Amino acid sequence: MSVISLKEPEVAIREVRLGSITGFEGTAGELVQCARTGKLQDNARQFSQCMGCSSGNAFCQLSMIQDAVVVNHAPVGCAGDVFGFNFVYRVGQMERNLPPVIGRYFNTNIEEQDTIFGATQKLEDTIREAYTRVKPKAIFITTSCASGIIGDDVEGVANALTEELGIPVVACFCEGFKSKIWTTGFDSAYHAIVRKIVKPPLKKSNKVNIINFWGSHIFDDLLKPLGYEPDYIVPFSTVGQLERISEAVATIQVCPTLGSYLGAALEQVYGVPEIKAPPAYGLRGTDNWLRELGRVLDREDQIETLINKEHARVLPLLGDYRKQLEGKTAYITAGAAHGHALIALLRELGMTVQGAAIFHHDPLYDNGDTASDALAHAVNTYGDIANYNVCNKQAYELVNILNRVRPDIMIARHGGMTLWGAKLGIPTLLIGDEHFSFGYQGLLNYAERILETLDNKEFVTNLAKHSTMPYTKWWLEQNPFHFLGRNVHVEVY
Amino acid sequence: MSKYIEQPRYSCALGAQQSVVAIKRAVPILHAGPGCSGKISSLIGQGEGYAGGNTIPCTNASEADIVYGGEGKLRTVIDGAFQVIDADLYVVLTGCTSDIVGDDVGSVTGEYQEQGKPIVYAETGGFKSNNYVSHEVVIKAIIDQYVDCYKQAGKKTKGLVNVFSTIPYQDPYWNGNLEELKRILSGIGLTVNILFGADSGGVEEWKTIPEAEFNLVVSAWAGLGIAKHLEEKYGTPYFHFPYLPVGGLETSKFLRQVAEFTGADKEKTEAFIWSEEEKFYMHIERTADFMLEFRYGIPRRFYSLLDASYAIGFAKYLLNELGIIPARQYIIDDTPEEFQEAIREQFHRISDQRSAEVRFIVDAGAIQQEIRQDAHKHRSLILGSGWERDLAKEIGADLLILSVPVSYRLVLNCGYTGYRGGLRVIEDIYDRVLDTYR
Repeated sequence: MSVISLKEPEVAIREVRLGSITGFEGTAGELVQCARTGKLQDNARQFSQCMGCSSGNAFCQLSMIQDAVVVNHAPVGCAGDVFGFNFVYRVGQMERNLPPVIGRYFNTNIEEQDTIFGATQKLEDTIREAYTRVKPKAIFITTSCASGIIGDDVEGVANALTEELGIPVVACFCEGFKSKIWTTGFDSAYHAIVRKIVKPPLKKSNKVNIINFWGSHIFDDLLKPLGYEPDYIVPFSTVGQLERISEAVATIQVCPTLGSYLGAALEQVYGVPEIKAPPAYGLRGTDNWLRELGRVLDREDQIETLINKEHARVLPLLGDYRKQLEGKTAYITAGAAHGHALIALLRELGMTVQGAAIFHHDPLYDNGDTASDALAHAVNTYGDIANYNVCNKQAYELVNILNRVRPDIMIARHGGMTLWGAKLGIPTLLIGDEHFSFGYQGLLNYAERILETLDNKEFVTNLAKHSTMPYTKWWLEQNPFHFLGRNVHVEVY
Repeated sequence: MSKYIEQPRYSCALGAQQSVVAIKRAVPILHAGPGCSGKISSLIGQGEGYAGGNTIPCTNASEADIVYGGEGKLRTVIDGAFQVIDADLYVVLTGCTSDIVGDDVGSVTGEYQEQGKPIVYAETGGFKSNNYVSHEVVIKAIIDQYVDCYKQAGKKTKGLVNVFSTIPYQDPYWNGNLEELKRILSGIGLTVNILFGADSGGVEEWKTIPEAEFNLVVSAWAGLGIAKHLEEKYGTPYFHFPYLPVGGLETSKFLRQVAEFTGADKEKTEAFIWSEEEKFYMHIERTADFMLEFRYGIPRRFYSLLDASYAIGFAKYLLNELGIIPARQYIIDDTPEEFQEAIREQFHRISDQRSAEVRFIVDAGAIQQEIRQDAHKHRSLILGSGWERDLAKEIGADLLILSVPVSYRLVLNCGYTGYRGGLRVIEDIYDRVLDTYR
């Protein structure tokens, strides 16, 4: 279990805190085994393609707090992703019937002379201007490789400006070079929030924190009849709302890769219990998760009634889908926890999972509880998965594997990977809303979409016929893990 | 003065990775932090292209590379890139991490160049400049370190011109714009090295850069340095047309000036212009009654939040050929001081009887505040980016998205340059106007 310390301005990266890795080749069972026995070792790659970085993931969580502003202390290119998040923010406003506003994001524009003389003055000026323009309830500062290497005292500026402006000005340390696991950026954002925004509880509320991205509000129908109110965090919340998340009765993780740190921090620091069962994907996964929820919320009888009712509704429909999907093969590429969920879900539908390329692996989450190990759950419930690859979004490995495996369908949960299925003529499905496949209904939703995708061969067949392939023939004939773990400079990686 | 930016509309120096992606079968190799490439593609990279986006090799700088240096890792990634990626040209680009710690990327790349590999490098640490400036740096690097190896001393090909114009991906309509420039220049009898995009000939075309008789710079300022460099290096004279020619008047003017400079066949030039203008003005004439008579309101003045090349080109066209009057014009490309006066001068004499106010501001959040404070008596048009959606609604303006971020449009080969681009401008403006009626 990682010990949450709110004294430190920075949270330790996942590699250090959780022993997380970004390279592995083997079966899922072997990976779980290694992780449990402390034998997990990272495998570096001799050749790599561009990944993501913490600053993007930190921004992802901080950029949609309705009355906060983000100041990105960086050269202008680091703010290249802000419009993408602004777009997501605005789509979410539509879905939530909120008035249209743009995200208020500022970049300090670090330039060459700043790398010599420092850029703290620029940072102060930017924060003051952001305050004048927007009058926010809080300002978050996201750092960058440049600000980190030149050694700007960002924490000092944040503290001084907090005093001056009378609102929390919070440093979020998320330099890209610090970690190979960009989900570390979620931890950075949550550390900033728990450290400087969340207040000690004054009372207990009837709220349940739902740590999620910007998915649909599917928890309303589940929690309200139980007498609880869902509090969807962090995107689309307000600073005032975040101040009070310490008062909730429980925390739900939609994806522990996302919420690992926040869930554990709220439990450790403020005693808000975290639902530790892996998220509700697949029939048995949902049963398991609901029972845990019932236990924590003290609603076990109601939950049993719900489970029975839902089984009666879903099982006959599921039988139909299973018949249609029986024996179809799938290959999965996704972030860690959600990838594990998808594996469970596809097997529940009777499909054969030929393998998975999962971005990273956390041996355990911040709560340190083996009950939360979604991969172990998938292996124990449905059996081992051969060809389980921790790929760190390395498209070249994926293309090589897909070219050999040729599944009936590729299922992706992150942008940038689907193209390779389609270029090889493999029907490919990406579902953005992680809540779409949650729970019993989610299973049916997913089955329907898979059938639609399998049926839609025309587009990929034609695309494959006219596509170019930037990978060499040599590469496609190599072992996909040719470059993995052959690193002669491993000590400097 | 601080230069903070709300709502960025360009990238950092490393943004020039997209200039490489725009060259057929060329691939950038980034010696940079893990998130840089994705952030660049997110702002200025709709679509992966051949080997852009997630295909781009990268050393993904880690803490150890900062402490111990990253040259060893760069070597292994270059080795891997040659084995894995099927490309004709590999361009090593550095990010902030490498440039601050001072990796000797030149000597690492040099080892491969000595083996005759098609590889070049450029220092593009994000903090060094922006992608308008570093586009030049990268193009010069390719010419000096690669193209130059293939030059045949003294060989010049009559009528061959290199075109340096709009910046791929920074201009979302680059492909269409370059196609039209190539089409019209070919129309007056020139042979065109367009260098980027669907109508280019890949590295084989690049290898003929030294043979060109002339260089044409069709841009306010970005790219001018390339032509100056080539003049020094190969003695190639260049002609500078300081904005994108849009529509009949400006495109014909552009072609006549180019013909004059290059000595292109006068008769052929005039014949081409005549046939293009005939088509162009037939359409204009056909819609003039609509523009004059449509009673429910069409925009009568326009704001621009654009780079200098676009802003001047559009202002001239909208004013002189469509009768839409320029309101304040904002140049958001961080135009270097030395070029600002010439741009001001263009706006000063935007037509025979009118001048327009122009301001150079990179912080578009401040620009939006200024525009909000104006009295909005008439329906106006904003030429800007996806950031202007709400502003347009608030002030009752129509919005044509010409600048990144474009997110609300999907761009393939749409272009706004030349005769065909001019017509497309009309279609797109009035498409947006008419679409507002129920």
